Amino acid sequence: MIALLRRDLMLTIRAGGGFGLALAFFLILVTLVPFGVGPNSDNLALIAPGILWIGALLACLLSLDRIFQLDFEDGSLDLLATSPMPLEAVASVKAASHWLTTGVPLSVAAPLLGVLLSQPLEAAFWLTCSLILGTPALSVIGTFGAALTVGLKRGGLLISLLVLPLYIPTLIFGAEVVRRGADGLSPATPLLMLAAITAGAIAMLPFASAAALRTALK
Amino acid sequence: MSFTVTNLTCQRGSIPVLEGVSFSLQPGTALVLRGPNGSGKTTLLRCLAGLTPPHAGEIGFDPDEIAYSGHSDGVKAQLSVEENLVFWAAVYGTSDIAAAVDTFDLAPLLSRPAQFLSAGQRRRVSLSRMTLTNRPIWALDEPTVSLDGENTARFAAAVNRHLDAGGAAIIATHIELGLSQVDTLELAPLKARLDHGIDPFLDGALT
Repeated sequence: MIALLRRDLMLTIRAGGGFGLALAFFLILVTLVPFGVGPNSDNLALIAPGILWIGALLACLLSLDRIFQLDFEDGSLDLLATSPMPLEAVASVKAASHWLTTGVPLSVAAPLLGVLLSQPLEAAFWLTCSLILGTPALSVIGTFGAALTVGLKRGGLLISLLVLPLYIPTLIFGAEVVRRGADGLSPATPLLMLAAITAGAIAMLPFASAAALRTALK
Repeated sequence: MSFTVTNLTCQRGSIPVLEGVSFSLQPGTALVLRGPNGSGKTTLLRCLAGLTPPHAGEIGFDPDEIAYSGHSDGVKAQLSVEENLVFWAAVYGTSDIAAAVDTFDLAPLLSRPAQFLSAGQRRRVSLSRMTLTNRPIWALDEPTVSLDGENTARFAAAVNRHLDAGGAAIIATHIELGLSQVDTLELAPLKARLDHGIDPFLDGALT
């Protein structure tokens, strides 16, 4: 499993595209918002939690179709499926490597970009917290979507349609954490809900992903 | 101990491709699958490797006893040959790639990124993976595609060594490999056979 994780990280870094793309998209979105909404810092601070979370979520979505598609096309997925590693482990490792190459960089970059949206400093802390807690769910759910569409040519659109509804609870609670943090209220409740979604997704979805992969490889 | 398959029916999607396949494979023997294009060689190998569940019939061994190699090489273009081999070795729980490197004379290519390999060289990397798996049955789907004469001989020697060590192999191929112990399984296209006869329920009713 460590070997697969190391290989996937190495591939993402060497092939570029992966986290560079997600970060660049996030940066572009966040820099464009003040131009669209206007430079009024009260307005910006009001919408900052939502914009930052939506940006992170869409950036995550960008690289989902690469999770299994490249391995499927060059035959590696067949070989992984016949290897001693169970497909559940393959799906978990793929989700982990997606999170390490998109979720983590996004969580680190988000508080810096929050400054562009005149987000108060105390909110930046909760933003990082909520992203670190919430983005694993995005990766795991996204991996499930990628597994469902692995055999399809140009499955990217279908992944978005399948996955976006599943992302909504994470988005609601994630943005709520930041909003409450910015207003000085206790963000404990949405933070716990966010953690619960992530824990549930990590516990259950690798099995669903593995089942979807088995069907796709038939 | 022998590896047996009884009355196996395999489907590709919802189309039955093979019916009533039975064979028994002794350790030390290679089973060569022959048949025209579309007769189900790949489907049979994928079924034996556990990628497609059998529609009917029994496979008397575990998919974990099979090392599968398909049409595609499964070699990552962005990694070097060595990194590719080390990865597969780790997946199969070893760290020793020396045997694989020797078998196909890959030493001069080790540090080369796989995207700069020729088709035949990539094939050699892919086949050398078999020696890393340490599994008793090799299932190979047209392994000699894009190999030159010298490397086809290297490949045949590798299979022979595997057979001598008590392993077995199931190979779909169209050429004569010169293996030591060979059984042949002829596959006929099922569709042609079905089209040939009349509907079994009407057979004889109209004459």
